[in-house]
Amino acid sequence: MRRAPRHSYPGINLGEDHASAHKASEVVTFGFWVFLMSDLVYFGLMFAVYITMIDAQAGGPGPHELFDLKSIFAQTLILLTSSLTVGLAMLALKYNLPRARIVLWFGVTLVLGLCFLVLEVRDFMNMAAQGGIPQRSGFLSAFYGLVPLHGLHVAAGCIWLLILGIQLRVMGMTDLVMSRVVRLALFWHFLDLIWIGIITIVYFGGLAYG
Amino acid sequence: MDRRTEMHRRERRRYVIGYGGSLLLTLVVFGIAHQFGIETKGVYLTIGLLGLAQLILQLIYFLHIDRRRSSREDLDLILFSTLVLLIIIGGTIWVLGNLALRMHMHVM
Repeated sequence: MRRAPRHSYPGINLGEDHASAHKASEVVTFGFWVFLMSDLVYFGLMFAVYITMIDAQAGGPGPHELFDLKSIFAQTLILLTSSLTVGLAMLALKYNLPRARIVLWFGVTLVLGLCFLVLEVRDFMNMAAQGGIPQRSGFLSAFYGLVPLHGLHVAAGCIWLLILGIQLRVMGMTDLVMSRVVRLALFWHFLDLIWIGIITIVYFGGLAYG
Repeated sequence: MDRRTEMHRRERRRYVIGYGGSLLLTLVVFGIAHQFGIETKGVYLTIGLLGLAQLILQLIYFLHIDRRRSSREDLDLILFSTLVLLIIIGGTIWVLGNLALRMHMHVM
């Protein structure tokens, strides 16, 4: 019996069935982690600005008027579920399940990501209708600097999913495509982690201290 | 073949545990906010801690980060970034909070 493969990077590893892709992924996945961590520092800055701006409402509408917790709750569940489905796509790839299964999980993830974006944009429009626009106060500037930034990341992830789904069909399961799927899964999980920070600090923190 | 099926099942279970745990924590957090309101300090502290618990849960079960299996450099990278992040956030809040206090703006 062969020894279980060494895990050579964080996140799910391709393992012994895809030895060449596993090897090829090692360096680029490390590079991708460097990107994710610098992105994290960027998000951290935006969080810090938001925290210092919570009180700077300048008489404009604040968290209690603007935040709709029901919609936030729905968005949280949607994004969490999409994090599971992207993981299942990754597992389907790792264990050589039929390609249709991978494309299916990709499709579910894409639909969930789009649902999330629709709810988020609807929230922003409701906020704007109540006078909650970025130039109204420091608090709102910080809010619109942070939350839509996460939304943009999700939108980019959706485009990435779409392109990778097409590549899976056209190019098949080449090493290159597989190592891209590894990075997409990391990116998507990372976005869910940022979202936990957003609900805890932006939404609940805003309601508690704003 | 059998061993692979077994490994597949085990790895899938990890995802399901991570998902179930995160789901439970999310429900508890929103339940608390709904039930007790968010304004009291104790409630917000609880919500913050539960959020942190969910972060750690997802790091372990979704991103598979632990000391045993990932190589040293990756963990070093993550820990160093976390350190930079804490300095940035802590420093910003400290400096600007102190400024606000001295300017007699009531903040935090």
